[in-house]
Amino acid sequence: MSKEVFSGAEIVLKALKDQGVEVVFGYPGGVTLPLYDEIYKQNFLRHVLVRHEQAAVHAAEGYARSTNKVGVVIVTSGPGATNTVTGLTDALMDSIPLVCIAGQVPTQLIGNDAFQEADTTGITRSCTKHNYLVKDVNDLARVLHEAFYVARSGRPGPVLIDLPKDVAVGKGAYVSADKVKHRTYKPRVKGERAAIQRAVKLLAAAKRPIVYAGGGVINSGPEASALLTRLTRMTGAPCTLTLMGLGAFPASDPQFLGMLGMHGTYEANLAMHDCDVMLAVGARFDDRVTGKLSAFAPGAKKIHIDIDPSSINKNVLVDVAIVGDVMAVLEDIVAEWQETRSRIDAKALKAWWVQIEEWRGRKCLRYKPNGNGSTLTKPQYAIERLFHHLKDRESYVATDVGQHQMWAAQYIGFEQPNHWLTSGGLGTMGYGMPAAMGAQFAHPKATCVVVTSEASLQMNIQELGTIEAYKQPVKVFILRNNTLGMVRQWQEMFYEDRLSESVLEQKPDFVKLADAYGIKGLRATKPEEVDDVIAAMLAHPGPVVVEILTDPRENVFPMIPAGAAHNEIILGAGEADDTDEGSAEGMVLV
Amino acid sequence: MNAETAAIEYHTIGVLVDNEPGVLARVIGLFSGRGYNIESLTVSEVDPTNRMSRITIVTSGTPMIIEQIKAQLSRLVPVHRVSDLTMEGPHVQRELALIKVRSTGEHRVESLRIADIFRANVVDSTNDSFTFQVVGSTDKLNAFIELMQPLGLIDVSRTGVVAIARGNKPL
Ligand SMILES: Cc1ncc(C[n+]2csc(CCOP(=O)(O)OP(=O)(O)O)c2C)c(N)n1
Repeated sequence: MSKEVFSGAEIVLKALKDQGVEVVFGYPGGVTLPLYDEIYKQNFLRHVLVRHEQAAVHAAEGYARSTNKVGVVIVTSGPGATNTVTGLTDALMDSIPLVCIAGQVPTQLIGNDAFQEADTTGITRSCTKHNYLVKDVNDLARVLHEAFYVARSGRPGPVLIDLPKDVAVGKGAYVSADKVKHRTYKPRVKGERAAIQRAVKLLAAAKRPIVYAGGGVINSGPEASALLTRLTRMTGAPCTLTLMGLGAFPASDPQFLGMLGMHGTYEANLAMHDCDVMLAVGARFDDRVTGKLSAFAPGAKKIHIDIDPSSINKNVLVDVAIVGDVMAVLEDIVAEWQETRSRIDAKALKAWWVQIEEWRGRKCLRYKPNGNGSTLTKPQYAIERLFHHLKDRESYVATDVGQHQMWAAQYIGFEQPNHWLTSGGLGTMGYGMPAAMGAQFAHPKATCVVVTSEASLQMNIQELGTIEAYKQPVKVFILRNNTLGMVRQWQEMFYEDRLSESVLEQKPDFVKLADAYGIKGLRATKPEEVDDVIAAMLAHPGPVVVEILTDPRENVFPMIPAGAAHNEIILGAGEADDTDEGSAEGMVLV
Repeated sequence: MNAETAAIEYHTIGVLVDNEPGVLARVIGLFSGRGYNIESLTVSEVDPTNRMSRITIVTSGTPMIIEQIKAQLSRLVPVHRVSDLTMEGPHVQRELALIKVRSTGEHRVESLRIADIFRANVVDSTNDSFTFQVVGSTDKLNAFIELMQPLGLIDVSRTGVVAIARGNKPL
């Protein structure tokens, strides 16, 4: 046995190579200097120097979500590590696989309030899937490989490794990835046979079935989306997706009802409410989806497929629970469905679709092109046109958080998984710009767009510097309304239009700001200019910042107010007055 | 399915974990972060060769919450096994307390008499105090402490509950 030894920093690079890592997002500092020296000496790994550590994490999320690979981040101790907390929490909520390597002060100084010391493992314990403090360089290789394994296995999530400087400098042995086996963590992949049989029986006996799928399908890989599509078509059931699940089923398919939940379509929410058998796939019955729990799909038998046993029976009690990886479970369900020659009663199914088409006929996403007496561009129109121009391109769409996010989810149709990047669970303003950048590094030839608005963009606007420095042709598409739009909408609807701290000044001028960064800036001041501006944006080979001046009084509909039931959905502005959405219970919800 | 109105139950849960830094913080952080109750928690290494510790937690909640607690515990990476002793059949549950009582004159005799009934041992004694060691169920310890109160209770230190299933099976 060769007892070759390496420095901790060399071990990190060897492990990253072993794990097939090609891109890392990071920012150096005192205690990571040994690591950065090794990064300097090699050429298999591309290090992207971001402008803020939070953005490094979101960029890694965008990279991971658009590739199904593990995203990697390197930051320094103290402020470098604390700056990652929002990103790590975001990745934990949305089950995004990340490995974050944080520098730490030398072991002998830990606990002494040393310069740039923070209790990083303590601070990140509740916002990571797991974390490690490495005190012995001989543990480092194992910990790194374990971290990648934990990040991508089971329900994926972020893993942090706290690496003291003396460990990075110290010498130790390297072990390769194939020699490392985790002692405890072995999530279940295959679903239980009996549960699968029960699920198929239940589904086959349905009169008003629905498939409700979420981000777990995307995490399981493209094959899972293909199987979901196959099963849905075989059964003839309608399919609705969560915000995180968009792309798991083709949006253009007639069986697709659109997104469900607070800003989901009328047909999706009413079909959820009235269904008699629900097949929930890689979705977690989040409060944005269920609305009022006691009124959630009251007459439905529920089947739930999830890799995380703690997601089952958390908010909603289900009739059949199948713990396993979505792809493996769907494979078995499809096989069982075929073997048993299952079919849903054609007459019942037909009647169900008649009902659904009637709901669909309400055309809930219609908007008034000159509503509110405003001649400014309607944000919905801008998104529709953006979608139109993106249709025939290989494109990835990231968003920030707010009204623009919901409009993007409603008006852009995704045909494939991994092409939609959004912060669902945590709702992190500032996610979009770096996430689009992360996707762009993974897909250099694709069109990567971030749909954003002035407030969210300003939370990570410094990354304009990064996209320019690396010549990444990210398209920044701003729906400008000079308000914290989503906050303003709630104030209008639930606080008698008292716009407390939700109106912004008219600055900055994003076209000028883009110019300062050396980036092309474009503006559409009226609807007639929107198409030309989008075409110019896409024709330009480099990054572009586009500002669309939009009607600031436009609201996102449909809407199920917090704490209301699916069938209490509000379709449009006129309807908002005659529903009692302001229940006391609802007001305390967010 | 009225998850909210279901009755509160007490469960004793045994958890086998890797004895590594931070593992207890992870378990406790899970309970505080998700708003679960800890009635009692004990921990000690039980398998030095494999470096494993056993945590015994007494917790309370509706059946749905108890199920969640077990699922969430199982999700922690260093956790090997989670076992709900309350659900899984008969088990023995014990707690130890050290109880210091001021006692002079008549009270001295009385406290010794009660200690005898509870099979508590005197582990320290001075001219005007006794320290008793008492082992048993949480209820028994509570009863003993209550009886010592009027006699001059000074100080109490309790271990929290440890528990093990009856029969020949491991956790
Ligand atoms: C970091 C963070 N802070 C605050 C919020 C609360 N919040 C949700 S949406 C929103 C307004 C977003 O405004 P903007 O980015 O302009 O988007 P718009 O709603 O106008 O489309 C705010 C403040 C949040 N989601 N994230």
